[in-house]
Amino acid sequence: MDPKKHEMPSQAPEIRAHNFKEVALGYTAEIAVEEAKRCLNCKNQPCVDACPVNISIPEFITHIKTGDFEAAYEVITRTSSLPAVCGRVCPQETQCESRCTMGIKFEPVGIGRLERFVADWHNENIKEAAHKPERNGHRVAIVGSGPSGLTCAGDLAKKGYDVSVFEALHKAGGVLVYGIPEFRLPKAIVAKEIDGLKDLGVDFQTNVVIGKTLTIDELFEMGYEAVFIGSGAGLPNFMRIPGESLKGVYSANEFLTRSNLMKAYEDDPTTPIMKGGNVAVVGGGNVAMDAARTALRLGADNVYIVYRRSMEELPARAEEVEHAMEEGIQFKILNNPVEIIPFENPDDKKDPRNGGVKAIKCIRMELGEPDEKGRRSPVPVEGSEFEIPVDTVVIAIGTSPNPLIKKTTEGLEVNKKGGIVVDEDGLTSRTAIYAGGDAVTGAATVISAMGAGKTAAAAIDKYLS
Amino acid sequence: MYKIVSRKALRPTLTMIEVEAPLVARKAKPGQFIILRVDENSERIPLTVSHCDLEKGTVKVIFQVVGATTVKLNHVMEGEYIQDFVGPLGNATETEGIRKVCIVGGGVGCAIALPVAEEFHRLGAEVTSIAGFRSKDLVILEDEFRACSDKLYIMTDDGSYGREGNVTVPLREILASGEKFDMIIVTGPLVMMKFTVLTAKEFNAPITASMAPIMIDGTGMCGGCRVILHRDGKDVTAFACVDGPDFNGYEIDFDNAITRSRMYNDYERHAYEETCNLFKNA
Ligand SMILES: Cc1cc2nc3c(=O)[nH]c(=O)nc-3n(C[C@H](O)[C@H](O)[C@H](O)COP(=O)(O)OP(=O)(O)OC[C@H]3O[C@@H](n4cnc5c(N)ncnc54)[C@H](O)[C@@H]3O)c2cc1C
Ligand code: FES
Repeated sequence: MDPKKHEMPSQAPEIRAHNFKEVALGYTAEIAVEEAKRCLNCKNQPCVDACPVNISIPEFITHIKTGDFEAAYEVITRTSSLPAVCGRVCPQETQCESRCTMGIKFEPVGIGRLERFVADWHNENIKEAAHKPERNGHRVAIVGSGPSGLTCAGDLAKKGYDVSVFEALHKAGGVLVYGIPEFRLPKAIVAKEIDGLKDLGVDFQTNVVIGKTLTIDELFEMGYEAVFIGSGAGLPNFMRIPGESLKGVYSANEFLTRSNLMKAYEDDPTTPIMKGGNVAVVGGGNVAMDAARTALRLGADNVYIVYRRSMEELPARAEEVEHAMEEGIQFKILNNPVEIIPFENPDDKKDPRNGGVKAIKCIRMELGEPDEKGRRSPVPVEGSEFEIPVDTVVIAIGTSPNPLIKKTTEGLEVNKKGGIVVDEDGLTSRTAIYAGGDAVTGAATVISAMGAGKTAAAAIDKYLS
Repeated sequence: MYKIVSRKALRPTLTMIEVEAPLVARKAKPGQFIILRVDENSERIPLTVSHCDLEKGTVKVIFQVVGATTVKLNHVMEGEYIQDFVGPLGNATETEGIRKVCIVGGGVGCAIALPVAEEFHRLGAEVTSIAGFRSKDLVILEDEFRACSDKLYIMTDDGSYGREGNVTVPLREILASGEKFDMIIVTGPLVMMKFTVLTAKEFNAPITASMAPIMIDGTGMCGGCRVILHRDGKDVTAFACVDGPDFNGYEIDFDNAITRSRMYNDYERHAYEETCNLFKNA
């Protein structure tokens, strides 16, 4: 038995650091079968419990062992939508793979890589005949086209509902298209999922901001009988330190949106973005890694991740951190930014660099005494301030749910953090209005958003039939 | 896709288009804006709604041909389509309790100020308008302003039309004469707004400025449109697209806004020249 996962074929770091093509190339069928054989098919199936949507993992892996990849695909899609996406972006090391029995002594089975293989194999080899299910005459409106909205729309359309998805941006896909970069999740994969939904009869209405163009109550007046809110957590948080509004300071959302959605990464883009120089990205999650690696690919000389806790606590997927390090991203951990210092040329008031960024000033942190939960929180080391010279700062310290829908929907309850309050079915404080994904939980994961979309679709189906 | 039903050149570099967008037409109020994209490969640009026709389901916007995107937009003809048109975005101008208002517009900002002046006039408020331009050939919308204003001051920097001087000259005179407004509303270039606010401040007169920073989504998602407000001794970050576009003039950090507005100057100049060349060669 191989103690290690089969390695993922990938583009070499020195090459991929200069292009936007996908980093991981995916298992071949041979590697997939070999990796599948590492699964012990244990009876108690701890991995299944650790999957937010309880995919029957050993069952699909067993089909891979025998080379019946389509059967494996069917097992996955019994409880999950978007497997080609989740196989790429799920934090497997804290979910399914964290509980894998193999992982007690060796490396766990590469469940995520196998999931991705199965989904890609299906997409390449099986041409599904688009069958539009019999309509049942009920109409449902979905707000937002991220993973929660897409999943809810898909499940309802398969049951015969007339589903319309209302999206504020000009393109459907949510974070999958405006946030997560091409080199980690090719846009073609998301486009394929959306085309699949269109084939099922789902109607996509882009350029509609719910709360502005139409309100939720107007959706009911228009004849929709239930509404699902999957509007995500798109409002960027700032640190409230001096210098945050200098030119050259971006929220990660702005930086990534310019690059991904507005295609600033192309050779001759219409949307500008800062390119080159030194870049500091503040934060340690997936968003921070994506921003840092995007900056590198846009031509930055040095890219720093500035994070206030330690390496072990980086919330990003382990694989992304590894990839970032291989590509040469420099980790400045246990450092907290206190100020962004402006560039000022005292001799030339018209110097175009004036009002831009000169450096980011940080204070060193050390881990304090463990609290009740055993977590050692960082405390500043007095007098340890220092500057890192940079031209661009990207702030990736988190996002919150946007208050727009709450403000325009009477009786819709939200919690202190702005998350919409729902019961276990995804039902909000208002009849026939359901919600799920980041709009409820605050920034979380694709798989949990997808799971919430599924739960709500089932509840809506029950409510309307 | 959204159809351009009509278009009119107000000046060589200033165009009004009327776009078919029934959902937006139903909702838009003076002070609100839309965001459009000309085609698949164009930027998203915000433009203030200047007029809505409920029956036709159309929305009029006025744009100045200043950059790559607006050059492209200026080449879309009547009957042709643009890719995206979303709105209405931002908050409508506050009209509640305002019986006497002074509308100050600078240059193309007058196109943004006009629908606000018209709304106050429609609501029965007393409207004083001050419209400032660089010179005579840049004067726009004079008749429209005259129709909705109780008093109108036209100013040109070089004195080639109306009175010579900038908008703060008549504003200072009016305020110094003891006249009081429930609100002054200023729209125009940042530097002009900054000085108008300073003038109002001399007299403790309440003033609102309409901000138009660089935007992408217009829904509060990117934070690129942030404006720094000095409020109760603290710096507060507000997003112009969702918290604005109108802000209390006393609170706005104009110097920061001016710096941020120049973020992509070099880039834009280049893109503008490229696009102009493209159309020249075509
Ligand atoms: C850069 C980045 C990297 C990430 N990496 C990972 C990862 O590796 N793994 C992982 O599991 N998760 C990752 N996440 C988190 C994950 O993407 C989100 O948890 C997930 O997308 C949430 O899905 P959602 O459906 O709730 O909302 P979203 O994907 O946020 O979609 C919401 C949609 O609703 C639209 N909308 C909002 N308001 C309105 C309105 N009023 N009217 C109409 N439409 C509206 C928005 O425009 C958007 O398209 C990442 C997030 C980011 C930003
Ligand atoms: S334009 Fe993006 S937040 Fe305002």
